Amino acid sequence: MMMKKPLIIKLALSLLLPVSLLAMPAALAAGGGTKKVKDIEWSFEGPFGEYDKAAVQRGFQVYKQVCASCHSLKFVAFRHLGQEGGPFYVKKCPTGFPDNIDCSDPMQNPAVKAIAAEYEITDGPDDTGDMFKRPGIPADYFPSPYPNDKIAIMANGVVPPDLSLMAKARSGGPDYIYSLLTGYEEVADFVQLDPGVYYNPYFPGDLSSSIKPEFLDEEGHLKDGLHVPLGGVLKMKAPLMDNMIEYADESIPATVDQYARDVAEFLMWTAEPRLESRKETGLIVLIYLIIFGGIVYASYRQLWSKVD
Amino acid sequence: MSHPSTYVPGSAFERFLDKRLPIIRMGADFMDFPTPKNLNYWYTFGGILSLFLVIQIATGVVLAMHYTPHVDFAFWSVEHIMRDVNYGDLLRYTHSNGASMFFVAVYLHMFRGLYYGSFKEPREVLWILGVVIFVLMMATAFMGYVLPWGQMSYWGATVITSLFSAIPVVGDSIKTLLWGGFSVDNPTLNRFFALHFLLPFAIAGMVVLHIWALHVPGNTNPTGVEIKSKKDTIPFHPYYTVKDGFAIILFLIMFAVFVFYMPNVLGHADNYIEANAMVTPAHIVPEWYFLPFYAMLRAVTFDIFFIDAKLGGVLVMFGSILLLFILPWLDRSKVRSMRYRPAAKIFFLFFVADAIWLGWLGGKPAEQPYIWQAQIATAYYFIYFLIILPLLSIMETPKELPKSISEAVLAKKKKQVEQASAAQPAE
Repeated sequence: MMMKKPLIIKLALSLLLPVSLLAMPAALAAGGGTKKVKDIEWSFEGPFGEYDKAAVQRGFQVYKQVCASCHSLKFVAFRHLGQEGGPFYVKKCPTGFPDNIDCSDPMQNPAVKAIAAEYEITDGPDDTGDMFKRPGIPADYFPSPYPNDKIAIMANGVVPPDLSLMAKARSGGPDYIYSLLTGYEEVADFVQLDPGVYYNPYFPGDLSSSIKPEFLDEEGHLKDGLHVPLGGVLKMKAPLMDNMIEYADESIPATVDQYARDVAEFLMWTAEPRLESRKETGLIVLIYLIIFGGIVYASYRQLWSKVD
Repeated sequence: MSHPSTYVPGSAFERFLDKRLPIIRMGADFMDFPTPKNLNYWYTFGGILSLFLVIQIATGVVLAMHYTPHVDFAFWSVEHIMRDVNYGDLLRYTHSNGASMFFVAVYLHMFRGLYYGSFKEPREVLWILGVVIFVLMMATAFMGYVLPWGQMSYWGATVITSLFSAIPVVGDSIKTLLWGGFSVDNPTLNRFFALHFLLPFAIAGMVVLHIWALHVPGNTNPTGVEIKSKKDTIPFHPYYTVKDGFAIILFLIMFAVFVFYMPNVLGHADNYIEANAMVTPAHIVPEWYFLPFYAMLRAVTFDIFFIDAKLGGVLVMFGSILLLFILPWLDRSKVRSMRYRPAAKIFFLFFVADAIWLGWLGGKPAEQPYIWQAQIATAYYFIYFLIILPLLSIMETPKELPKSISEAVLAKKKKQVEQASAAQPAE
């Protein structure tokens, strides 16, 4: 049976037409942009994901031997390495330690104390008003490679960003870090790069003003079939090379790919050191809420069955 | 409250107190409040919102104990909360995602009000108080987002406070007053922190008035037909405490999934970079709940007579909210619920789609084709309130209303029984 619709409803429905036309060209936005990051399967993903402690330790080694020469890690203290969820946390001391040492306490953890002691910390002023240097203790924070931004700029042209939160401060997070570190490539031959900058398709930027003039037509557009490469340039050259770091575990490949994975995992930990305890709490909270919800729903049904 | 009290003081102490401060009577009447028996789950967001106000204040007060409102330490103190304060990460993620959930609930609560005509006579004051709460919420959320002093905090604050300079004559003075100087800086952060701490208590006060204004005329209901007899109602407790309670738990489950498993999904990566006045982010975007209004702000790209585009955008954005204050006098239809308003229902669904579309556009860069889409979407937002609703009040022929809530409930039950028996295969 056909229902006759009043005029006003027909008017209302006719709104649908222009809306459906609008939806179509919306996807065609302007060019530029970066290459889509590689989607890595990380051990810490998913509701039950945890850090791979060995990978975080190796990533720390990569940071220490490569990244730390330019990048600070100022929100991380040595003691964090030995906290629950951290890469050097241990529940119990290995055999042979005296009973009065509690290795689960990051301040007493021997591995953390040894790492901290490798760093030289500026402290003071002392009783005579002078600053002095001393070996680090677990309570110290990772010292920055440059005493101030001016020196950092003089050495690098820019201030190398702090890495503590890098895995949360870029969209794509650890996938982005991995992609950037493994993604350096030769730029297309029609692009003219300035000296001291390096092309990376994952780094945000715009190369459209760096095209060699012989590849442009009269109107300044790229000649037939050529496209502006994705990504941009940065002042950091590819920092990792195969075999540059010696891992204690020789079964782990000494490749750029492996180093990049490990350091991305480490930086995810520095950005989100409480990820594991957060997920553990979440599981208990969800189980509680679901059971509680079931009970409340049953009482709701029972109570309302008498309402007519 | 507007219904006869049934409370009988049980003990000597209660009789003593009842003559001096009848606070137990107030609570008892509150629990006993006669409520329409046909409220659906769209009516549970009021309870959810009350809970979230409590969650935000409770987590916020503890966070304030560990936070430092100074440009040199704000970002640092947030990281201190995340790394060193006991359960600090959970407190902060609860607070930041709690703000988002607050807006999810308030938008659904407002759409509910629009659809079922909850703003109509005699509930205009109730509605207006709700809009006041909404405005306070937006101010509070905006200032709260500035406190971590990340890149989006800083640049969002710069963009939004600069809008006030578009106001003729006094605009620049207002901007300087908001900033406490001549740029967004330490005085800005300090006053935003003070106001962010203060405003939630103002909201709480408005919520008390909002609930008071609810209890005078009583709830609306999905039929829009007022309560005719006692048969139409059930006491608030236990019937709606248990139904609201169930809805609250479902909402908390969704909330917990965000807090514990994807706490940063609703935020922006740039806010984990410390504020830097020398580096402007590629795209400055507000939090998701402001995106529809941000899209309307940017939709005005042309001058209208003596009003330049900037002031035009500001007027449109603030106008889109101020419009809500006069809604009860724009939609004059005597029929409250859009269940019985076939044309209004369709325009309303377009309005919801339009609001979502505006939200999507607000997250896009200010370039074509997004600008003209935002212009169309903004136009529909205003046309819906200023032209469609007033015209429909005159032109539309509503469906027949049920005589009472009970009749509507019984008709629905009968229909369900018929459908169930029709679904049985014939032997």
